[in-house]
Amino acid sequence: MTIDLAIILAPFIMATCIAIFYRNIKRNWVGWIVLFIPIILFLTLTTYIPRVANGHTFSNTYEWIPSLNINFTTYLDGLSLMFSLLITGVGSLVILYSIFYLSQKEALHHFYCYLLLFMGAMLGVVLSDHLMVLYVFWELTSVSSFLLIAFWHHRKASRAGARKSMTITVSGGVSMLVGFLMLYVMSGTFSIREIIANISMISEQSLFIPALILVLLGAFTKSAQFPFHIWLPDAMEAPTPVSAYLHSATMVKAGIYLVARFTPIFGGEIIWFWTVTGVGLITLFWGSFNAIRQVDLKAILAFSTVSQLGLIMSLLGLGSVAVHLGYSDKTVLYTQASFAALFHLMNHSTFKGALFMMVGIVDHELGTRDIRRLGGLMSFMPFTFTIALIGSFSMAGLPPFNGFLSKEMFFAAVLKITELDIFSLQSVGVIIPIVAWVASIFTFVYCLIIVGKTFFGKLKPDLLEKQPHEAPVGMLIPPFILISLVVLIFFFPNILGKYILQPAMGSIYPTFPSVKELTPSIYAWHGFNPELYMTIGVVIVGVILYRFLPRWKRIYLLIPQRFTLNAIYESTIGFSENFSRLVTRRYMNENLTHYFIYIYVFFVAVVAGYFLFTEGITFNTTIDAKIEGFELILVFIMVVAAISILFAKSRITTVILNGVLGYSVAFFFVIFRAPDLALTQLVVESVTTALFLICFKFLPDLKPEPSTRGVKISNGVISILVGATVTIVGLAVMNYEKFDTISSYFEDSYNLAGGKNIVNTILGDFRAFDTMLEVVVLFIAGLGVYTLIKLKAKKEGTDIENK
Amino acid sequence: MKINDVILKTVVKGVVFIILTLGVYLFFSGHNAPGGGFIGGLVLGSGIVLLYLTYDIETIHRKMPFDFKKVAAFGVLLATGTAIGSLYFDAPFLTQTDGYFTLPILGEKHLSTVTIFEAGVALTVVGTLVTIILSISEDE
Repeated sequence: MTIDLAIILAPFIMATCIAIFYRNIKRNWVGWIVLFIPIILFLTLTTYIPRVANGHTFSNTYEWIPSLNINFTTYLDGLSLMFSLLITGVGSLVILYSIFYLSQKEALHHFYCYLLLFMGAMLGVVLSDHLMVLYVFWELTSVSSFLLIAFWHHRKASRAGARKSMTITVSGGVSMLVGFLMLYVMSGTFSIREIIANISMISEQSLFIPALILVLLGAFTKSAQFPFHIWLPDAMEAPTPVSAYLHSATMVKAGIYLVARFTPIFGGEIIWFWTVTGVGLITLFWGSFNAIRQVDLKAILAFSTVSQLGLIMSLLGLGSVAVHLGYSDKTVLYTQASFAALFHLMNHSTFKGALFMMVGIVDHELGTRDIRRLGGLMSFMPFTFTIALIGSFSMAGLPPFNGFLSKEMFFAAVLKITELDIFSLQSVGVIIPIVAWVASIFTFVYCLIIVGKTFFGKLKPDLLEKQPHEAPVGMLIPPFILISLVVLIFFFPNILGKYILQPAMGSIYPTFPSVKELTPSIYAWHGFNPELYMTIGVVIVGVILYRFLPRWKRIYLLIPQRFTLNAIYESTIGFSENFSRLVTRRYMNENLTHYFIYIYVFFVAVVAGYFLFTEGITFNTTIDAKIEGFELILVFIMVVAAISILFAKSRITTVILNGVLGYSVAFFFVIFRAPDLALTQLVVESVTTALFLICFKFLPDLKPEPSTRGVKISNGVISILVGATVTIVGLAVMNYEKFDTISSYFEDSYNLAGGKNIVNTILGDFRAFDTMLEVVVLFIAGLGVYTLIKLKAKKEGTDIENK
Repeated sequence: MKINDVILKTVVKGVVFIILTLGVYLFFSGHNAPGGGFIGGLVLGSGIVLLYLTYDIETIHRKMPFDFKKVAAFGVLLATGTAIGSLYFDAPFLTQTDGYFTLPILGEKHLSTVTIFEAGVALTVVGTLVTIILSISEDE
């Protein structure tokens, strides 16, 4: 069965087709053609739901680089299936939305190509069992995210945002790679399943904790956890469908996926529990706190995404306690936190996707997303208002929407954890529910801001560029599908729980005997308990804070600008740029003479140094051929020509004298019976002389360079050393016996390579790989010369890039 | 820039044929005697450059309307293509083969896939050489 491989490859194949054939496709068809891929993949994946729900997993191995133990192993279990459904499902809706969102004049083929690239990479991440393959796809998602954020690359902010996200996520990715390699060193395998199976073997090793931290760094940067969250708000420069897809529903959840996937490996550690929970809670609080002061609707959503990701992350941290405690009747209760994490992850994708699409509609129809210019849109855009209302209230945790259910489970989990007396939870554990509750209040406030400032209040027609009106139907369908899910999941949460979440729980707790126990029944009404009181408290305090928002908003000014995370990031990047420029400038001083000195000094140091230290120099003049008289004459001519070059007054003389040297070498080749070399040398010499002569018409007259005596002497010494090295190596090479002789190949060239001319059998057969690559290099060099000369930037071109 | 040098033009008319013939000869003889793709390509390329130097670029371009960038690209494609081609015969990358074939008129001949590879090399050399020299000399 190769269907799982096809699932990963299909988006890549489609992306290639779009890239090649986009000229032959009508512009308004591109999106519709692309739409097929995620829909077909989604439908294919849904057929797996019953089988996976019954506990089946699907795995296939394709050999890729067997010599390095790297194989393409796909693995479809509950967790992968849940993420794959999310990727393809939201992907279908986003592509449908983007067909109406993007103008026909945009570079649609680029857009869909990158989007498919991302989809394939993301499916690769969640369906790979092999760590190296997972890493490759992981970085590919960063690359496609970079391309999509910079889709409107004529805008400076887009490019800056793309660069920032790339810098942060890729550095996290690289540290994750190091963590993976440590895991490989410890366990001897790259397969996640095999590592989980041998967990007792590796958890005692000294590299275990460093590997844990490095893998977490990768997850935290990708999932925009504090303090790495700063890239996500800047990534909002991407077109809104991209923000809805990559930066809320899927890519940023790759970190969550990684944490869930590695919980069986690292989950038992106290440092895992506190890092994941702590960072998650800080992110939850900081994201919601900062969302309130934003004036751009998309920025509010960005910070809200950061905060919600923190919520899911902290829940996974809380759930890892169960791995530490091991399986028993009592500990099963703690797995509910992980269940809530997965549940909220699904819910977040539905309501946040809808909200992003809503913001896209507002932006598209009114030309602004600044809440200071919006207001009173309710009567003009009733459908959009519905989307915003349902999405926001679900995010705020109000019934009858799915966010209410997962928020209640979140409160239940944070309350439950304080009852434990491990990991010093008795003393500091009480902070967890407090932070969670305060962050939920802020969440409630910014949800009110999204709805209130946009749709209530007075319309400000003088601040708007366009007359407000409702969006086309095509843009409304995808968010409506999402908000219907929001409501449906509220009423039928256990269907989702049984078929999607239960098998996924099995992947997080593979050592627990029964997955049925891990899936609690979800009830909307569970009596008057602390969770419900917390929610009621959130609503009351939230409404009060919203009423008096202008009064307390001033506290945001208390944080000095210099100490914000963004400022620290900017100054670090600026400093390293300046520093590396300074270092590079020290040696790359645009002086050709200096560059030659580097090359020659390096050459002498390496070659002469090698022969000195290995004592490879032995001279044996007895086996050398006798020196003939005409050879001496040739040498004399060459010496005279070489010395004359130093005193030449014009470039032409230099080139001709240099030619004399080259032709004399060719004569030597003739004398020593190497006709191939002689021919090549002659032609190359003629062509280079002609090239020099052509180039010289662009150069100024040769002027003696002003240089001090010391410089002249050191240059002279270097020249003599280079000459001496070459001469000595040439003489010593006859007696060098460190390598086996390879001449047997050449003597037998006719049988081995079918040719009698050994020069050509070397070029075309024995060392054909070199020849092939040299041909490619030659071609690239030719194209380089051509582009440098023909495609010179016009000086008068105005710089419109940095608007 | 039109060059009007009667002696040069007359000499070149004859010499170019000799050079080009030599180039082709070197290319084919490369298997068992001195020559081969690289040197053959160089000789052919220098013959073409000589034509460009003697007559002007426009005249030659009318008679010989090749885009030498494409010639070079085709050469690279040919060289890498033969390298990959061996994979389809379940042989390692870059494997070359040869054999004796009896052809009509020519009689028994020794044919080798190296020739295709070398043709790629030769075309790349010709294309790159002419591209570089033309680009530099056309620069304002």
